[in-house]
Amino acid sequence: MKVLVEGSARGTVLKSEMPINFLGAVDKKTGVITDRNHDLYGKSVKDSILVFPSGAGSSVGAYTIYALKSGGSAPAGMICRKADLTVATGCAVAGIPLRILDSDRFDAIKTGQQLLLDTA
Amino acid sequence: MHLEESEEAALAGEHGEIMQMAYRILVATGEATDAERLIPIRWAHLSGVNYNTIGGAGEEFLRSISSRGAKVRVRTTLNPMGFDSDSVERYGLGDEFVSGQASIADSYEAMGVTQSFSCIPYEIFEMPRGEQVAFAESNAAIYANSFAGARTNKESAFSALASAITGKSPYSDLRREEEEASNVTVRMSAREPDELTYGMLGYFAGREAGGASSVDISGVSASAMDRRQCKAMCGGMGTSGTCAKFRFVKEGEEEGGNAGNGGGDSGRPETIEFDDDAARKVRDELDTAEKGDVIALGSPQLGLWEMSDLLERLRGRSFKKRCMVFCPRTVKEQARKLDYVRGLERAGCEVLADCCTCLSPLLGSDKVDAVTTNSIKGAFYMNNASGVGVDLKPLAKILEDETE
Repeated sequence: MKVLVEGSARGTVLKSEMPINFLGAVDKKTGVITDRNHDLYGKSVKDSILVFPSGAGSSVGAYTIYALKSGGSAPAGMICRKADLTVATGCAVAGIPLRILDSDRFDAIKTGQQLLLDTA
Repeated sequence: MHLEESEEAALAGEHGEIMQMAYRILVATGEATDAERLIPIRWAHLSGVNYNTIGGAGEEFLRSISSRGAKVRVRTTLNPMGFDSDSVERYGLGDEFVSGQASIADSYEAMGVTQSFSCIPYEIFEMPRGEQVAFAESNAAIYANSFAGARTNKESAFSALASAITGKSPYSDLRREEEEASNVTVRMSAREPDELTYGMLGYFAGREAGGASSVDISGVSASAMDRRQCKAMCGGMGTSGTCAKFRFVKEGEEEGGNAGNGGGDSGRPETIEFDDDAARKVRDELDTAEKGDVIALGSPQLGLWEMSDLLERLRGRSFKKRCMVFCPRTVKEQARKLDYVRGLERAGCEVLADCCTCLSPLLGSDKVDAVTTNSIKGAFYMNNASGVGVDLKPLAKILEDETE
């Protein structure tokens, strides 16, 4: 377990088994996943504890995370299995707590469960 | 990650809030890459330029930091923006977009950034072999590491910005001298590959590498690929995954010989086949329209060789529909001097500088229903982010079907 961005957040888990390309696959105004081939297609990341393997794709996704936060549509916190720079720095600038979990603990988390993410 | 005294002070805010933000970003970057310290870089290339991608929030962020005195410390270049100022009035973009885009360009200029507006810095500037750089554009990072002998993380827009402002970046695995074998090898066995095949290979390999920072490729070597194919592969890989690098390995050496810890989950080397069937699956995912209203070439942007090659292949034929050709400003200027621009325009092309197929509002869903392109990277973003259908085919087929 590793803390990449400190902070505390509570919310309902929204979990994906697929990496997320924040630039190409998330609407920066609404937080809705727009990639038709993604397992969270049509769902909103807003106020969730977003759990997904890692970010992917465009480096500009960091700005998408910042824009989601500015517009009030960001996840409350994020958990990944693998650190990537787009998600790490997007969360760092937006102030969204981000934690990396090992595979076993990552696998144990289920969509819909309430989670308190407290990295302090 | 260990910070020196002056770096700790900057993180604590003693050198102002801009430096503090930059060091916070570098610390998150360092933790994410398991780096032990920061090292100097000599060139940063920034993404986060197109108003379409960063929007009002990004525009305000850049205006805020530039007005508070943010300055870059090393040579810093920029990704494409949303349009070509020479012709923007012909495309009917809204005032909000044009003024938002102008504000972004002004903020970067105030920070001391070179206004290159290109996603192919490796083609328009000399690449410093063996040197540390910080490239945020994913295709450029992969190209720099895999073909050009420079070293960079697959930087994010913010990590590259922080590196530009501080002149430093975490000393991650990708920045080290020693080459580590990847846990994943993709064996290329698709037949008669063209640039579309290589784009799909990159897209496939990036996805199959599953969060790793590099992937090995067997069954093909760099010498068998032309520039267009190399760029397509980097563009495809940058779109789908987290890889910042690939290595060509010899057939037969991919299994059993890997003792590295490239980042796969199992820690055990794995070889995955990219054959005709795998290529067809990628194509089915991204080829979503029967035909395009307009043709778009250039994601990554075209270099001078591709402009000249396109003109030569046209051989006096003309496009039956609009064909937008995207390139850097410097390439457009050279192409104009060499009379390529006139030739291409005569064949029905619109030559556009400073922007690119990817997420340009010139190709938004309010303008077109579907676009014909040979770019996997362009196809992904048009399908998913722009809401535009894609008719995907290689350049040779585009020229065969769409010219007379």
